Amino acid sequence: MDKVIEFLNMGGYALYVWGSFGMTALLMLAEPLLLRARHREILRRVARIARMNNEERT
Amino acid sequence: MNSRLINWFKFSSPASFYPLAGRMIPWFKWIAVILIAIGLYMSFFVAPADYKQGEGYRIIFIHVPASWMSMFIYVVMAVWSGTGLVFNTRLSSMMAQALAPTGALFAFLSLWTGAFWGKPMWGAWWVWDARLTSELILLFLYIGFMALQGAIDDPRRADRAGAILALVGVVNVPIIYYSVKWWNTLHQGASVKVGGGGSSMAATMLITMLIMALGFWAYSIATTLSRARCIILERERNSTWVRELVENRRG
Amino acid sequence: MLKVFFWIIRRDLLLAMRRRTDIFTTLFFFIIVVSLFPLGIGPELDILRKIAPGVVWVAALLASMLALERLFAVDYADGALEQMLLTPQPVSLLVIGKVFAHWLVTGAPLVVMAPLLGLQYDLSADALGVLLLSLLLGTPTLSLIGAIGAALTLGLRGGGVLVSLLVLPLYIPVLIFGAGAVEASASGLGAESHLSMLGAILLASLLLAPIATAAALRVSVE
Repeated sequence: MDKVIEFLNMGGYALYVWGSFGMTALLMLAEPLLLRARHREILRRVARIARMNNEERT
Repeated sequence: MNSRLINWFKFSSPASFYPLAGRMIPWFKWIAVILIAIGLYMSFFVAPADYKQGEGYRIIFIHVPASWMSMFIYVVMAVWSGTGLVFNTRLSSMMAQALAPTGALFAFLSLWTGAFWGKPMWGAWWVWDARLTSELILLFLYIGFMALQGAIDDPRRADRAGAILALVGVVNVPIIYYSVKWWNTLHQGASVKVGGGGSSMAATMLITMLIMALGFWAYSIATTLSRARCIILERERNSTWVRELVENRRG
Repeated sequence: MLKVFFWIIRRDLLLAMRRRTDIFTTLFFFIIVVSLFPLGIGPELDILRKIAPGVVWVAALLASMLALERLFAVDYADGALEQMLLTPQPVSLLVIGKVFAHWLVTGAPLVVMAPLLGLQYDLSADALGVLLLSLLLGTPTLSLIGAIGAALTLGLRGGGVLVSLLVLPLYIPVLIFGAGAVEASASGLGAESHLSMLGAILLASLLLAPIATAAALRVSVE
């Protein structure tokens, strides 16, 4: 347990080290997730348009 | 309209690139995950604490790779832009457009981690150091590129205007860098000595940084490809192959 | 070819003379911005003398950027630009002509006015001379680089704000060497090296910027 706390403390640099790594992790996880959401959204939109066109035809 | 029909059968056509990119993304994703995991392990448990900066120096393992990537991506973006401009291939311009946000992300991360490193080392969140300043300007260039493309509705014009801007930027980057560096040495305050000691850097540190940089590189490729896929779908949403793709997906 | 070049300059100057208020807006913007700084900072002459080069140069940067919008906009709106692109003359030559006329109308007044504003900041006579010279070498570069941005944003909504995003980062070297020249001469070091750098940048942008501007115009007008 002490070792974990010592590790997290980073020799007194906790704020700086975790501030940097945290922001990096946050952004590098957020970007792929946002991209995936965008991709799905486009596919949904295209599908909706296709469906509307099909209904018009029938 | 005519050029679109001709492009259709080229290998580099968006229609054939879309599934290809889809197959490549998982590979790069896993390479990125594995390399970054190894890099993180090494940067916290293998690399020894610095004798002067203690544990605080560990920020270097993301700061330096992020800076490298931000500059590298700008050059790659300019190369794609140039190809798009010369050969009039739509895919190259789309790649350039897809690269910009990831490059801006790394430029921002480089600034952010630089600030978090600078605070304990130099006692200030922001120092007008030559490298930090040039990185800030690089971020501005990325933002300008994205803003210009966002403001133009016609995709063809957006591609080509963005390409010209990227090329102008890439010619200017060295000039800006050297003028800022020179400005900085002239105005150098009492004791701001940045990083330095490149040659005395321990081998483990260098290897860790390289692994992280490779991980970031794979990450950039994966995100760029998936953004390129989004851009392709958005631009080609009225074409037959996208229709078919959507219908097949729903089975 | 040269005939066309001079013809373009004469035409643009004539057009500018018919709309004289435009010239004065840029000039007064420059004067007002420079005069506002002491009000924000305080009247201590020691500080003012120190910040003068930076303030005057940043104000010149902003003023010449504001003027950019008018560089191609009028010709674009009435279709003259399209005609010019169709002529057999090299477009970059037309661009140089237009930029030069534009600089005469918007840049040169700033250069002439700057020493007067420098007096507000208690600059020495030597420093004033260097300021004049640095602006003389630097502002044409600003117009040349700015022309690329103006051409790229032609006819876009919110073009004015966009231009500043595109162009200001590219202005940085000019700002550094321009303000640096005045500072160097004020602190007793020679300003020659700065001024020759400014000259080099001017020559380089004279060669390259018109080509980029011409390409951008073709993209925008098409």
